[in-house]
Amino acid sequence: MDIEARKHIPSTEHEPFLEGIKDCVPTLLGYMSIGFAFGIVGISAQLSLWDIALLSIFIYAGASQFIICALLVTGSPLSAIILTTFIVNLRHLLLSLTLAPHFTRYSLKQNIGFGLLLTDESFGVAMNKLAQHGKLNNRWMHGLNITAYLCWIAACILGGIFGHWISNPEALGLDFALSAMFAALLVLSLQTVPKSKLTHRLSLVLYMVVTMFVLLHFVPSHVAVLLATMIVATIGVVTDK
Amino acid sequence: MISSFMMWLILGCMIVTVIPRVVPFIFVRSIELPEVVLKWLSFIPICIFTALIAEHLFIHTTTGVTIHWMYLAVLVPTVVIAVWTKSLSLTVLVGVLLMGTARWFF
Repeated sequence: MDIEARKHIPSTEHEPFLEGIKDCVPTLLGYMSIGFAFGIVGISAQLSLWDIALLSIFIYAGASQFIICALLVTGSPLSAIILTTFIVNLRHLLLSLTLAPHFTRYSLKQNIGFGLLLTDESFGVAMNKLAQHGKLNNRWMHGLNITAYLCWIAACILGGIFGHWISNPEALGLDFALSAMFAALLVLSLQTVPKSKLTHRLSLVLYMVVTMFVLLHFVPSHVAVLLATMIVATIGVVTDK
Repeated sequence: MISSFMMWLILGCMIVTVIPRVVPFIFVRSIELPEVVLKWLSFIPICIFTALIAEHLFIHTTTGVTIHWMYLAVLVPTVVIAVWTKSLSLTVLVGVLLMGTARWFF
């Protein structure tokens, strides 16, 4: 589209999409550093740059991409890798189920699009937006998702190309970007809770920490995340008055 | 370019990743979720954010699971910054700087 044609479209037409891109920015440091780290890990796991690119394009899930590398190195069979990926990403079912009711007014095609690019990060930003504005816009969501998706792919590939120049990316503290983001998202979602409910929500946070601690003795962390979330959400329903 | 093993791997992993992501978006359109399920879902954000943090707060050692003290030491001021600034970007920036500094010293 040339600039002349663009002028005739009201600016509000583009606004939600651009705002989505803007709202993605705080998550990018996390994405980029994890993606970059994945590129490095991929190369050291003997993957080609093509493998790295295709994994990030078609799987687009940080945790499982790392686990795939780890399992490839140990020579695990195809079936074991696919099953593990399924379990690691089962958590998305909860995120998707939580987010989906807010998009039912949009077409099936668009909803499939929301689902395909759903991540922990985009879920977090969307829930935060929902708490502030009461509803979610399709173009905003696409702006957020597509920005995150493209940056993830770029970061993975760049990590594969330049990774060997950086010996220890953890030393920079970049791996903490995601934790800091989830901490901020947790704080922001607690701040939207009515005062009378705050004690209840804080008790759920405490139950989560305890449940995670207990479960981590018995199951891998991705299973613990899934189980603890389901258990404590149930406690939440039972104990909420 | 790419081995057939990798091709099957990527295809298989893609299918099992797409299903949990997309299926709820398809079927929630045609059915009304019961009140109790919606309530359950309303607790998912808080639970999952805590889980994704707690996942790194604890580490496996030969004797069991213990607290990752440095992570906790960086997490606490990061949470304070989040409460204070209410900003995602600032929290992430300060958090990374704190972790970088902590690793520099220890």
